[in-house]
Amino acid sequence: MSEAIILPTRKDEAWRYSNTDALAGMDLGTFDQWRDIDVAEGEIFRDTIVIADEGDAVSDATELRRLRINVRKNATCEIFGVIASGRLGRVEMVVLVEEGGHFEFGGVTLGGRDTTREFVTRIAHDHPNATSNQVVRGVHWGQGTGNFLGRIDVARDAQKVDAKQDFKGLLLEKGASVNSVPQLEIYADDVKCAHGATVGQLDEQARYYMAARGLPPETARKLLVRAFLGDAFVALEDEEESERLMDVALGKLDKHL
Amino acid sequence: MLEIKDLHAEIDGKQILNGLSLNVNAGEVHAIMGPNGAGKSTLAYVLGGRPGYEVTGGSVTFAGEDLLDMDPHERAAAGLFLGFQYPVEIPGVSNVQFLREALNAQRQAREEEPLSGGEFLKHAKEQAALLKLDMEMLKRQVNVGFSGGEKKRAEMVQMGILDPKLAVLDETDSGLDIDALKTVGNGINAIMRKPDKGVLLITHYQRLLDYVKPDFVHILSQGRIVKTGDAELSQRLEAEGYDAVMAEAA
Repeated sequence: MSEAIILPTRKDEAWRYSNTDALAGMDLGTFDQWRDIDVAEGEIFRDTIVIADEGDAVSDATELRRLRINVRKNATCEIFGVIASGRLGRVEMVVLVEEGGHFEFGGVTLGGRDTTREFVTRIAHDHPNATSNQVVRGVHWGQGTGNFLGRIDVARDAQKVDAKQDFKGLLLEKGASVNSVPQLEIYADDVKCAHGATVGQLDEQARYYMAARGLPPETARKLLVRAFLGDAFVALEDEEESERLMDVALGKLDKHL
Repeated sequence: MLEIKDLHAEIDGKQILNGLSLNVNAGEVHAIMGPNGAGKSTLAYVLGGRPGYEVTGGSVTFAGEDLLDMDPHERAAAGLFLGFQYPVEIPGVSNVQFLREALNAQRQAREEEPLSGGEFLKHAKEQAALLKLDMEMLKRQVNVGFSGGEKKRAEMVQMGILDPKLAVLDETDSGLDIDALKTVGNGINAIMRKPDKGVLLITHYQRLLDYVKPDFVHILSQGRIVKTGDAELSQRLEAEGYDAVMAEAA
């Protein structure tokens, strides 16, 4: 018999800005389901995760995706994702990177009304000479919330690790919010760990400049948002896939603004 | 083409334009000169519909329509081009993408067919060549990393691509060295010196007017036009200064 699931509350660090009430509505049978990805030595693995409405319907179903990723010696794992539906849409990744391995992550959250969309990552650099790079962009409006909680643990023997994370939030309306929580636990002394986070609004000067050239406000906004989100997919070499993710993201923007 | 009547405008409650009247007919180049703070840039922004610039009186008619009633993008589609004194940088958006979207948005508003990618690039290349701007620059992000002179030349390439009826050019000559000044001047002539087009050149100095010969020169002071003459007036301003020429007008 399986044990009863104890749902997290906002007192749990990894759920601090989440909407734990929205968990009550989900199929709890899937709460503890983890997808395991094992990237074998020297291999390259890439996948995309999309949580978005199907067609014109708006989905409020809570969606939780949990991934456990092992990046073996000299392997590369690249994950790119868009979260654009669900009252709560959340992707969690627990990643272990072995020696010489690289983990690349580009994520985008979008949402309005009272939705919460978030990426929560935990990267364990237990081995030396490994690298990771995470770029997350959040665009929110209405009372929407976008979160990126990124924890990086660098163990004592994991010298020469290079771990980066970069978050930017764009708030299209008053009332929307984004939260970024970088959490670095570093026990090795010869490592590079960089994190950055900024929050802003659409550049009014750019919007006026674009209008003065004949672009209607919606078109100008779309171009600016596309430029903003583009950073998250820079590392995605497959241009078609990159366009597909961008279309999903911008499609959401069209629908709810 | 452009009729400005008794225009009053303010920013943050401060009155800047005080009854400005001016007519620009098709085929004419008008220069507006004036000391700092006379309201030159305010006139440009009011015509361009920039948020924050409030019209408190008067009227502006453009090609028979009420210009002040239009949104900024509608003014552009109607054929108004505003050349910025400080062109804005737009990171992440390429010039080609920006201008193609802008041109096609204007064409759509005028119920014209959009240009294909190939047609657009051919058109853009011709305009870039006219302003001696490397086509590679147009593939880069809008104004990002451009020098002051490159921004102004890019601005004129934009004008060439969008092909407006009326260009309001706000201190397009600032930040240009002598060679660039000549290139920009020749570009303005090639693009706008046509019987069906008009130009309003807003400038502090005479030097651009050596290349783009104005049909009329107006002196703007304290938000209104205090003196109008021909090209000779701008030369006198350069030689004698605003104070001397304006004292005579008073």
